[in-house]
Amino acid sequence: MDFFQDIVIARFNYWIYVILMMIGLYAMITKNNLIKKLIGMSIFQTAIILFFVSIGVKEGATIPIIVHHGHDEAHAESAHHGEEGAGGGDRIHAPGKIDPDKYANPLPHVLMLTAIVVGVATLGVGLAVAQKIYRDYGTLEENEILDKIRSNDG
Amino acid sequence: MKALGFIAVLITGVLLLSAVGDFPAWGDTQSPASQSEISRHFISEAEAETAVPNMVTAVLADYRGYDTMFETVVIFTAGIAIIGILGMGRLSDPESLDPQPETEAGDRDMIVINTCRLLIPVMQLFALYVVAHGHHSPGGGFQGGVILGASFILWALARDLPTALQRIKPRRMILLACIGVLIYAGAGVVCMLMDGKLLDYSALAPFMPEAAVDAPSNDIMARSHGMLIVEVGVAFTVSAIMFGIYTYLSSMGRLKGGL
Repeated sequence: MDFFQDIVIARFNYWIYVILMMIGLYAMITKNNLIKKLIGMSIFQTAIILFFVSIGVKEGATIPIIVHHGHDEAHAESAHHGEEGAGGGDRIHAPGKIDPDKYANPLPHVLMLTAIVVGVATLGVGLAVAQKIYRDYGTLEENEILDKIRSNDG
Repeated sequence: MKALGFIAVLITGVLLLSAVGDFPAWGDTQSPASQSEISRHFISEAEAETAVPNMVTAVLADYRGYDTMFETVVIFTAGIAIIGILGMGRLSDPESLDPQPETEAGDRDMIVINTCRLLIPVMQLFALYVVAHGHHSPGGGFQGGVILGASFILWALARDLPTALQRIKPRRMILLACIGVLIYAGAGVVCMLMDGKLLDYSALAPFMPEAAVDAPSNDIMARSHGMLIVEVGVAFTVSAIMFGIYTYLSSMGRLKGGL
């Protein structure tokens, strides 16, 4: 029971990421259809994103955007100035005044923010290659493509 | 083959799961990632150093600006690769951009078209808000760029691809993507010309107007505004490439018909 509580309940995020990753890896290795392989790659990416984001979680912490306490005068004034006051009127906290335990870790969020968009772009390249293969060989099944390549060579 | 693959996947999974016990528990405040010097510095100093309350934007565009620059280049390269793979010749072919005959376009539902006509300006305005307000609320160049690209894709779905492509021609799409990377890299180079390091926005301080008495100094505000410039560049590239990926993939490079 101890094992169940310590390893499974307290660390469930790692279990989910490993299972998702196994699904993605299985699809990439064994599936014959190129589109299914790409779907597997996408699931794999999602698993990694989940892993990184879950590492940034802190008990009792909020999102990594600094809360401005109410609408103090300086802040309200900057709102009137419009463009010019973009951040200009914000109160600047003295160094060390912000408690790092109060905010979630921003670094995993940053890394995954770019990884998601880059993931979409790389998936697009993969789909473009798949379309090109379909145009040239008329199929997306790996074994049929290999057969056609061999018969073309022979 | 299937059994062999399953065994390999199973071994990988078991190896990874055997390490789960060594990882910090869910939400552990004492986890190494949360206790690391760099993460604590980002949280406690980011606003004082850059006047940006959203730490994610501050880390993305300033502390890790070099990384983000090349992430943008990756997206740009992916877009160029898709265009290269699926038909370069179409770019200079003006015939392929003619709108489809009325009979075909007339099949589209009037309700869908008119709803999109109302929705798309709001979406684009919201995208600009997300880009420009990324310093103070969740948002930034990547998110805003994707929303902007999605609004073009919605137009292409509601009408047809050639109609949407008349608004943004493929050439202009590539030009916008290039401009985005140029803005980002250009901001970095201007910093160098101002005797700073690459992407060290505090070198842009001389361009800033006189700082108010209770406002942060020009060095800090230059970093805040430098991030905005960079985010705009990212938004250009991401929105153009997202629409480019859609147009080329949905028409198999022919830029006709679409979905």
